[in-house]
Amino acid sequence: MMTLVYLMINGLQIGSIYSLVALGYSMVYGIVKLVNFAHGDVIMVGAYTTWYLVSRFSVPAWIAALVSVAVCSVLGMLIEKIAYKPLRKSGRLSLLVTAIGVSLLLQNAMQLLFSANPRMFTNIFTGTMTIGERQFSNATAATIAVSVVIMAGLTLLVKKTKIGKAMRTVSEDNETAQLMGINVNHTISFTFALGSGLAAVGAVFYCCSYSQIQPTMGSMLGLKAFVAAVLGGIGSLPGAMTGGLCIGIAESLTKGYVSSQLTDAVVFGILIVVLLVKPSGIFGRPHNEKV
Amino acid sequence: MTTRPNVPFRYALNAAAAAGLYIVLMILIRAKVLNRYQALMLIPIGFNIILAVSLNLSAGFLGQLPLGHAGFMSVGAYTAALFSMSVSLPTNLELPLALVLGGLMAAVFGVLIGLPALRLKGDYLAILTLGFGEIIRVIILNLKFTGGAYGLKGIGRQTTVTWVYIFVLITLFILNTLIKSRHGRAILSIREDEIAAEASGIPTTYYKVLAFSISAGFAGVAGGLYAHYLSILDPSSFGFMKSAEILVIVVLGGLGSIFGSVVSATVLTILPELLRGFAEYRMVIYSLLLVAVMIFKPSGLCGRYEFSLGDTLDDFFTLLRGKLKKQEPVARKPATPEPAAPEPAKGK
Repeated sequence: MMTLVYLMINGLQIGSIYSLVALGYSMVYGIVKLVNFAHGDVIMVGAYTTWYLVSRFSVPAWIAALVSVAVCSVLGMLIEKIAYKPLRKSGRLSLLVTAIGVSLLLQNAMQLLFSANPRMFTNIFTGTMTIGERQFSNATAATIAVSVVIMAGLTLLVKKTKIGKAMRTVSEDNETAQLMGINVNHTISFTFALGSGLAAVGAVFYCCSYSQIQPTMGSMLGLKAFVAAVLGGIGSLPGAMTGGLCIGIAESLTKGYVSSQLTDAVVFGILIVVLLVKPSGIFGRPHNEKV
Repeated sequence: MTTRPNVPFRYALNAAAAAGLYIVLMILIRAKVLNRYQALMLIPIGFNIILAVSLNLSAGFLGQLPLGHAGFMSVGAYTAALFSMSVSLPTNLELPLALVLGGLMAAVFGVLIGLPALRLKGDYLAILTLGFGEIIRVIILNLKFTGGAYGLKGIGRQTTVTWVYIFVLITLFILNTLIKSRHGRAILSIREDEIAAEASGIPTTYYKVLAFSISAGFAGVAGGLYAHYLSILDPSSFGFMKSAEILVIVVLGGLGSIFGSVVSATVLTILPELLRGFAEYRMVIYSLLLVAVMIFKPSGLCGRYEFSLGDTLDDFFTLLRGKLKKQEPVARKPATPEPAAPEPAKGK
């Protein structure tokens, strides 16, 4: 019984990281209908920024984390302005290939700057706590707590503020939103900045529990977060949150009870089952093609 | 240019051109104009052409977006490698048999995955194929007879430039004739509008699965060539990035242009090698070029243009004839000046 609780808590921890990243995928997909493959590499940039500030300039960890959120937000906005905006009118495929190109560019640029060798990331949250008989690191508690706060904040932002309303409108119908006097370009930029900032938060927590960073770390983390977004229903915020937690728990249970080698297979298996049974995900709205 | 081309003549012309190109390549290799390293580069160019052209069938002509091409490639690669490792036949019989077997196995996987996957559309289909591709990789990683994470070693290095050349020709021939046939037109109609195609009585599911599995089959053949070229197989080399790499070749060449895929596969295989002088910068330059091409020419380098040797020659001769005709009247222009147009009466 204790093992189950332990695995569940670990699952919640990695799951909340997936949720934070999945939110970025989901928001961007909702608003520009693009699977942003560069999102995973934005996480990587966030991790490197924090690591660099802490290890080279011994900046306090929380300042480093805030700076990396800012850096990632700007990076996300720049990627959208330079690479995606000129292609908004052309086909989905060229947009997708551009996203893959940006992802390759970020990975290789980082390799050039910091070499391909993995770097050690010192845990920000030291110390442990005891629940029952098991010990948990404070990072676990911090990850879950901060994620809950952020998700609540994000929900408020989208539901209650003016820019949140604009985001919902643009994802509903881009052109009509424009006719209603909403600045679509600003809204899209803001969405990218927000998503990338969340990715940076996810990156910091991810590094605290896995302690190793390398230029290709983003692709697998990104893919799994993306699966989470699809599971919850891509384009839906509560969906991304629940999807992330489900994937995290499923992964943790597989690791604990089956085999740690099969976690990837289970994650992608979930993806396939969801797509075959209910492609719009848990919270997604089905849409029918009209003639 | 409405006259029907002389088909048998066209076939002969293309066969002669293919044979001619082969002879030229062989002479270049024998005469050491291409050094050993450059001659070996012809093999990756070849299997990348097969990969790109086969993906173009499902991405460019069928209009779907598969992101799991590397999965089919790995199925073909492992099947072919395991076959050639377990039998001992003469090389010139063993390799083609292994490749055909690898291709068939990949095509079977194409049907198995295509049937559920093709019920979905657009992005969902892309995501599903991505998932299947990753699962194939994880399964290979966890199986005993595939060598797991250690990979499969000791596959005979049987892939030669000649075999690659032959299989590239076969691929191009089959896909080209398929596209131009009745079946090809059905596949194209699904790309243009699936609902309209279904309304016109085209069994869309049948053609989607057909195109998808043919595409998977040729990816398997390319995988077999790859396995017998490297002589080791490692499951981690068939991940999502490999699928993305193939998709990049196709989109850069132009979706729906076989010629574009061939050119782009050739250029993109040679380019990283040419940039080797810049060693660490090469992948950065490569990805920058990719983004730049997409921004400035989103339809790819060749769009939907198809090169046809016969048409080009026809155009050339027509042009030549036109030039001659134009010159003739000038040469022996009789002194019959055109009757001068009456001067328009100036306004009264």
